Amino acid sequence: MAIETPPATTPTIAPPEAPARPLPFDELRIVGHPLPKVDGLAKTLGQTKYADDLKLPRMAYGKLLRSPHQHARILSIDVSEAVALPGVLAIITGKDLPHKYGIMPVSQDEPALAIGKVRYVGEPVAAVAAIDEETAAEACRRIKVRYEPLPAYMTIEEALTKEGEPIQDYGDGRNIHKFVSYEFGDVEEGFREADYIREDLFFYQGNTHLPIEQHACVAYYAPDGKLTLWSSTQTPHYVHRELAAALDMPRSRIRVIATPVGGGFGGKSELFNHEVAACKLAMLCGRPVKIALTREEVFYCHRGRHPVLMKVKTGVKRDGTITAMHFQSYVDGGAYGSYGVASVYYTVTLNTIVQQIPRYKCEAVRVWTNKPPCGPKRGHGLPQPRYALEIHFDKIAHDLGLDVVDMKLRQAVRPFSRTVNYRRITSCALRECIEKVVEASGFRERHGKLPYGRGLGLAASAYMCGAGTAIYWNPMPHSSAMIKLDRGGGVALLQGATDIGQGSDSVMCYLAAEVLGVRVEDIQLLAADTDFTPIDLGSYSSRVTFMMGNAVVEAARKLRKILFEVVAERLGVPPERLTAANRRIFVRDDLTQFVPFDEAVQLAEARYGQLVAAGSYTPPKIYAPYKGSTVGPSPAYSYAACVAEVTCDPETGAVHVDKIWIAHDVGRAVNPLLVEGQVEGSVYMAIGEVLMEEQDFRRGLHKRPSLLDYKSPTAQEMPEIVTFLIENPDPEGPMGAKEAGQGPLLPVPPAVANAVFDAIGVRIDETPITPDKVLRALDNARAGKPARVGPERVPPVQFPPPIKPEVPPEWRHGIPRPEDYPDPASYTQYVGGSGL
Amino acid sequence: MVAGSKVPLRLRVNGEEYEVLAPVHHTLLEVLREELDLTGTKHGCELGECGACAVLIDGQPQISCLILAVEAQGHEITTIEGLAQGSQPHPLQATFAALGAAQCGYCTPGFIITAKALLDHNPRPTRDEIREAISGNLCRCTGYVKIIDAIEQAAARLRGEAPAPVEVS
Repeated sequence: MAIETPPATTPTIAPPEAPARPLPFDELRIVGHPLPKVDGLAKTLGQTKYADDLKLPRMAYGKLLRSPHQHARILSIDVSEAVALPGVLAIITGKDLPHKYGIMPVSQDEPALAIGKVRYVGEPVAAVAAIDEETAAEACRRIKVRYEPLPAYMTIEEALTKEGEPIQDYGDGRNIHKFVSYEFGDVEEGFREADYIREDLFFYQGNTHLPIEQHACVAYYAPDGKLTLWSSTQTPHYVHRELAAALDMPRSRIRVIATPVGGGFGGKSELFNHEVAACKLAMLCGRPVKIALTREEVFYCHRGRHPVLMKVKTGVKRDGTITAMHFQSYVDGGAYGSYGVASVYYTVTLNTIVQQIPRYKCEAVRVWTNKPPCGPKRGHGLPQPRYALEIHFDKIAHDLGLDVVDMKLRQAVRPFSRTVNYRRITSCALRECIEKVVEASGFRERHGKLPYGRGLGLAASAYMCGAGTAIYWNPMPHSSAMIKLDRGGGVALLQGATDIGQGSDSVMCYLAAEVLGVRVEDIQLLAADTDFTPIDLGSYSSRVTFMMGNAVVEAARKLRKILFEVVAERLGVPPERLTAANRRIFVRDDLTQFVPFDEAVQLAEARYGQLVAAGSYTPPKIYAPYKGSTVGPSPAYSYAACVAEVTCDPETGAVHVDKIWIAHDVGRAVNPLLVEGQVEGSVYMAIGEVLMEEQDFRRGLHKRPSLLDYKSPTAQEMPEIVTFLIENPDPEGPMGAKEAGQGPLLPVPPAVANAVFDAIGVRIDETPITPDKVLRALDNARAGKPARVGPERVPPVQFPPPIKPEVPPEWRHGIPRPEDYPDPASYTQYVGGSGL
Repeated sequence: MVAGSKVPLRLRVNGEEYEVLAPVHHTLLEVLREELDLTGTKHGCELGECGACAVLIDGQPQISCLILAVEAQGHEITTIEGLAQGSQPHPLQATFAALGAAQCGYCTPGFIITAKALLDHNPRPTRDEIREAISGNLCRCTGYVKIIDAIEQAAARLRGEAPAPVEVS
C-alpha cells in the first residue's frame, strides 16, 4: 500500500470540515442528470462476465451432495465408489472443513459441509470436483450416506412444543435462537390514557430473492499459496473474513473478487457452502474449480424473507394520536443463524421511525426450524412489521371514523427529532411523500367511494441508509475509496463497493467526475476486489450510495483542492473563484480563464509527485443508553408513501393491482433515472410478495423450487407506476443523497391490503393475498364471522422481562412538541463524512 | 463423461459456421456457452420459464435451454452477440443502456432477443403488445417499466422517428 504515504513535499491532506454546504442544484453537471449507467452497454451487448461466464485453463467443476432429510444424524459417509469413478479429482466431507463460520459474530454455527448431523433438506454433506459437471454429479450419486432421522420441527409451534433433540445446541432457549424484549416508557400508563385500544394479529409469509442469476463461483489456488475466489456475492469483504475462518487461512493469502452480480436483493450477502467447497477443492486438486448452483439449489440456499407472525396492540386518542404500542414478533428462522440476530431486532426496533409512538414495548423471538436459513431480503426485517402496522392503523382510522390521511399526517415523525427508543431522525420528507401520493391519486376524493370491487389503499414507511454499526463491531471506516490521477487526464477510482445491478459502479463514477470536473467516461473504475480496492462492507442495508458515496466525494475533494491550488496560482486568482466541469478548471465568472484538467494534473504532479488521495466514511455514533441499541441506527432514513388502486373480483377472489403512486424521499437523486428504476423495482418486488410469492415447505421439501412453480410477477401483472422523487437534500448524504433500493418496497404490500379492504370490505391479514384467502374472507363475512383471513393465535412463548431503558427527556411526558427536541448534534458524534 | 458420447455438430450462429464436438444430449444453451464461448446467452432456470436463454432461431425467439444443439443444426441462430453491427449496437441495445433498462443485466440479453423478434414483425407495438411479447421473460430488478420504455424507444428509432424524450419526474 503506497497509498497516502506521499513524498515529503506533498501537503498534508486534511479531512474536509463536515458537514459542508451542499452544492446548489444548478451547479451540478452530472449529479441529478439521467445519464446511462457506466456498465450499461456491456450488459446489453452480452459482454459482461458474470461468475458462471468465467472459464480458466484446466478448470474443474464442483457439485454438492445435499441432504434429503430435514433433521438427521449422519452415521457414515462412504465415498469409495465415487472416488473410483474416472474423472473425479477430489471429494470432501465435513471432516475436511472442521471450522464453523457465520456472518454474525454471535452466530458462528454453520459448517461448509454438515458435521455430525443435517438440519434441513438441501444442506450440503459432501462436495466433488471432477473434469466435468456430469462426472461430478454422477460421483455425488455414488456417495453413500447413512442417516438416522431425528424429530423435525417445521413450524415455530413444533419447535417450541415437540419433544426431541433440539436443532442447535446454543441460543436463548430450547430451539430458541434469540429473544428481544424492551419497554420504552410505561405502556400500561399509555393504554390507560387511550380513548381506544385495538389489537391485531398478522402473518407475513416467507419468500425468496429469486435472482435470475444462480449463485456461482470459481476458485483458484496459485502455486505461491494464494487463493483467489471470483464469486457472485454482494459482500466480498465479509466473504473474505468468513472464508479465512472456514479455511483457517490468513486473510492475506485470500483474495475475493465480486463478479458482476446478476441480481442479489440480499440473497448473496454472506459466505455460502459452495464457495468454501470450491476453494477447498481447488486447493486439493491444484486446478481452478467452478461451482454453479442449479435453480433448485438456490431455493435451498435461501437466506430470504423470514416468515413472521406479529401481534400488535395500540392505544390512541380519539384523533388517532398514539398513546402506547405493544408489538410482538415471532420469527421463523430456519436451521442456522445467518443474519437472524439482526433480522429479529429489525422486526421491532425501527417501528418507531414512521409514527410518533410515545411508549413502546416490543418483544421478539427467532426460533430454529428445520428449513433453509432465512436472512436478509430487500427491506430486511421491516416489510413484515410495516405490513402489520400500516394495516393496523388503517383499521384504527376506520374504527374511529377518522380520515386516514389526516391521521397519518398527525402521527408522522418530525424531521430532526429522535424517537422514544433513541433513533435519530434527520432529514425526513414523510409528510411531503404522503401529500404527494394522496393528491396525485385523488385519494381524498375517491377513497371509500369507488364502486364495489375497486379500492384505494394508503401506506407509509421508512428505511435505513446503511446500518450505523458494522456487523462485526469495530471503530474503522465502513467505506473507503482511493483516487489516482493520471497525467493524461484519466482518473482511476478504486473502491470496494459491489454493483449488484443497483448501479453503484455508476454512482461512484458520477460523484468522482462531478467533484473533479471531468466526464464520466474519464473515470476508470476498479471495484469489489479485496486485494486492491479499499474497504467496503458490502451492498446491503442500502448503505452504498450514502457511505461509499461520501468516501468517494471525500477522496475527490482532496484532489480537487490540490488541483485548484495550482490552477489558482497559474491563473492568478484565489482558489475560491474556481470551479471545475467538462475537463476544465475555470474561473466561475469568467469562462475564458481556465486550465484543462490534464494540464492541471501535470502542474500538480510536477509539484507534489504522484497524485493519490483516499477518502473514508464512518457513520456518526448516535447515542442510545441501552444494550442492543446498535441494530437500527442509521446516518439517515429515507421515507416513502404509496397509494395502491386495485380491482378485486368477488367471484374468483383475484386481486389485480391497477396502479401504484409512490413518492420516495431520496434526499437528492444522484441519477433520477436509476433512482426511478430502484423505486419501480421495489414496487415490483413488493407486488410479488403481497400477491403471490411463497417460500414454503411440505415435510421439509420446498413446495415450489422452480421458476415455474414459484410464482413471480411478469410484465403482464405489473401495474402502471407513477413515481415521485422527493428531493430534500440530507445534510450528511453525499451531495444530499439518501437510499433508494429498499425503502420503496415497504409501503406497497400494506397499501395493496388496505386497497383490498376498500374494494370489498375484507381484511387479509397475511401475505400473500391469494384468491383463496379473499374468497375465504368473503365467506366468513357472509357467515357473520369477522370479514378477515389471518392468524388467530400466537405460539406459547414466555418472553424474558423487558429491558427498560430510561426514555429521552423530551419523551418523558408523551409526544414532544417540536421545540422540545434537542439539537441532534447533542447526541451525535461525527466521525467522518462529507458533503460538497 | 462416458468416452465416445460426443457427436460432431455443425451450427450456424450469428452468420458464422462452427464445427464442434459436444455431448449429444447437451442443449443449445450449453453448447453456445461451453463450446462456442458465447456466454452472452444466460442460464437462469433449466425449465424454459425465465427467458434468460432466449436466442433467435430463423428469426423466432426460442428458449435455448429446451432445445438440443443437434436439433438446431441447419438453422440460422442469432445470439445477443450477433445483434450489433461491428461496434455499433443495435437500437435495442442502445436504448436498454440509455434508459436504465438493464440493472443487474442478467436477464437483459433474453429481453433484447425477444424484443427484436417482436419489432421485426411488429414495428409499431403498443405497450400492451410489448407487455405480452415479453411476458415469457422474467426480470427481478426493473419492474419491467424501463424495459418497456426502451423497447418503445428502440421501435421509434428503427422506424426513423425521433426518439421519445426521456421522462424524468
